[in-house]
Formats: sequence, structure tokens, C-alpha cells
Amino acid sequence: MFDILKANLLSPIPLAFALGIFARLVKSEFSLPKDIYSALSIYLLFALGLKGGVELSHATFEAIVAPAGVTLLLGCITPITAFAVMRYVGRFNASDSAGMAAHYGSVSAVTFIAAQQFMQRVGAPAEGFMPTLLTLLESPGIHIALFIGAVQRNKALAAAGGEAAAHDSLKAVLHEVLTGRTMILLVGGLVVGCSMGESGWKSVSPFFDSGFKGALTLFLLEMGVVAGDRLGDLKKVGPFLFGFGVLMPLVHGTLGVTLGTWAGLSAGGAAVLGAMAASASYIAAPPAVRLTLPDANPTYSLTAALAITFPFNILAGIPIYYNLAQRFAA
Amino acid sequence: MLTYPFKLVTIIAEPVLEPRITQELRKLGASGFTVVEGRGQGSRALHAAEIPGINVRIETIVPPDVADRIVEHVAKSYFADYEVIAYLSDVQVVRGEKYTTTPKRPAP
Repeated sequence: MFDILKANLLSPIPLAFALGIFARLVKSEFSLPKDIYSALSIYLLFALGLKGGVELSHATFEAIVAPAGVTLLLGCITPITAFAVMRYVGRFNASDSAGMAAHYGSVSAVTFIAAQQFMQRVGAPAEGFMPTLLTLLESPGIHIALFIGAVQRNKALAAAGGEAAAHDSLKAVLHEVLTGRTMILLVGGLVVGCSMGESGWKSVSPFFDSGFKGALTLFLLEMGVVAGDRLGDLKKVGPFLFGFGVLMPLVHGTLGVTLGTWAGLSAGGAAVLGAMAASASYIAAPPAVRLTLPDANPTYSLTAALAITFPFNILAGIPIYYNLAQRFAA
Repeated sequence: MLTYPFKLVTIIAEPVLEPRITQELRKLGASGFTVVEGRGQGSRALHAAEIPGINVRIETIVPPDVADRIVEHVAKSYFADYEVIAYLSDVQVVRGEKYTTTPKRPAP
């Protein structure tokens, strides 16, 4: 277990991420230009979708149906557990709890990619159809959490004599999540990849495959800077959220690995599913929560997702889920 | 040159609100608007985006009654929960008719 943790820490992704954090800690002015950051994320998501689509064209329906089922199940369970822990253990208000649940019920694509790369490095590559599962896990968690939050908020607004206004914005937000950057690039990429097949992939792979790991490393460097920016907020969020940011991924990760193994995924595949369940969204969820539950404090959820859970998964979580998956498989 | 007195409404807001506010400006009677992205920090620093510290400045030139409606609407809808400020300034424009739209709703 210790060896695997050390091997992970000394690989490009965590090292680049740590350098980014270090740059912020020494108050360096370094950061990637915002447009390059956006361009890299578009490249990574679309490349992931294309490659996943090509792999999907080889997958049989039987192989994918059980993993897809447990992924959807995870998407329904994780927002509810996150909400319950925030509301009844942490005693946060309904909006803050639902906002957090939307982040932890959804998935971080970068954590997914890092997990996929880790499995390749240790010689247990995950199934090729995993990016398809990623798209399945992206939105249900956000929808369920925002629905819980909007219902509670409408109740509170009605009790206060105001009009129940959260409903309209909920509809707009569902549209926004389903048509957001991640969904268009990933789902679109899957469809394009699946349709063009192996021969089409060969023609674009010099760009989308050869550059992928380098682009990912550069992206993680900037993620380090972004997470480092949030470190100052750690003091504001308090010890409960710090514990939440580490323990919630361990619980969700264990659940993901368990269900993945049960659905017949390989050890690598189950570990990637665990990492997906354990991760917290910080791209799709924040604006959706901001617009639907304006009284939820974004400092809580973004700090937990970006400054605690994301680094935890990248540095330690992914090897832990892999270790678990190996034990379950044995 | 002949100029006409109008109001410049400036709204500085979290980027997440841009589509919503600009749509509402149109409905409230603005004939157009300009959005500029910039950096900054307000009293609350509550930005819901992975890159913190980005603000948008939304500007529109409108007749005084529309300006009042806009500021009232922004105050009512956003001041409580979002990081938003709004202010008015006096401006002199040429071609006054350019900044007046015929109201979409029937006049009361």
C-alpha cells in the first residue's frame, strides 16, 4: 500500500499539481492564461470523449449494461448521502447541504482522467467504455441535489410569506447542466468517436492521443494554482468540512469500488468507478448551485471540492481505491 | 452638436449572472448593452467559478425611467444573495432615439 502511494506521488500528475500549489504558497504571480486553461480543458474532454467513443464501438451491450446500471445508482445515492451528512451530522442549513450534495453527487472529469492514467501506469487499465460511465454520472447527482434544495427552499420561502420562486430557475439550470461544456464535449465526443471508429481515430490520434498526457500535466499544474488559491479559505470553512472533504470521498469511493466489482468490472475499472464516485464536481455544479440556491455559500462547497477533495483524490485517494479494488477482486 | 440627457446604468456582477441580467435588461426596455470581463474583488468574494476573482461589468444607456426600473429590479432580485453592485451616471448622447425602445408591454 505504501509503495503504491509513493509511486503515485512521484508520477507527473501529482508532481505538476504539487508544483502549482507550491507556486501559490510562495505567492508567485504564475498562472496559465485563462483562455489556455479553457482550451486545455476542451482538448482533454473532447479527446477523452473521442477515445471513449472508439472503445465504445467495440464494447458489447452485455459488458456495459451492469456497469452503467450501477453508475446511475451511484449517481442517485451519492447526492443523498452527502446531503444527509451535511444536514444531520454537520447541521448545515438546507441550501448549503444541497449545494454541497450537488458537488459531491456529480463527478470531476480530471479526477477520472488521473485515475485512468494511474491504472494504465500500474498495468491494470480500466475498461475502454469508462468515459461513457463518466457522462452517466455527471448530471443525476446535480439534479437530485438541486431538486432537494429547491423543494426545501420553496418551503422556506412560502413559510416566510414570499413566492416560491426557485422552481423556474431549476428548469433553466437543468437545461444548462445538460448542455454545458462537459456534456457537449464528452457526449458529443463519444458519438463522434463511436461513429468514426478505429480508422477515423487513426487520422486524428496524432493530435488527440500523443499530446494528451502532456496537456493533462500542464492542466494539473494550473489546477494546483487554482486549488492553491483556495487554501486561504480553509480557515473559513472549519474542521467539519475538512473532515467531510476527506471522509466523504472515502465512503463514496468504497461504495463505487464495491458496486463496480459487483457489476463485473476489472480491478482497474472498479477503482476508476470508485474515484469517479469519490470525486466532487467543480465545473458543472458551482454555477448550477449558484443560480438555483443563491443563499448557499459557494465558499463551503468550492473549497471542499477544490482545495480538499480534489488534492486528496489525486495524491492519495486513487491508489487507495485501487488497493481496495484489488482486495475485492481477490 | 445637439445632445440628449440619458442615464448610463452600470452593473458589476458575478459572471454566472450575465446571461440572466442581460436578458432582463432587454425586457425592462434597454435597447442594447455592453459586457466587459475583468478582475476584482468585492466585500463578499462569493464567486462560484473555478477561477476566482472574475467580474463582469454590464453597461447600458437608457432613458431615466428605464434606468430606475433596472436598478430597482437588480436590487430586488440580486442584492441579497449575490455579489452585485449597480449605479447610475448622467451621460449626454447624440441620436437620442437610438436609446429608446418602444415598450414591449402595452402602456398602462
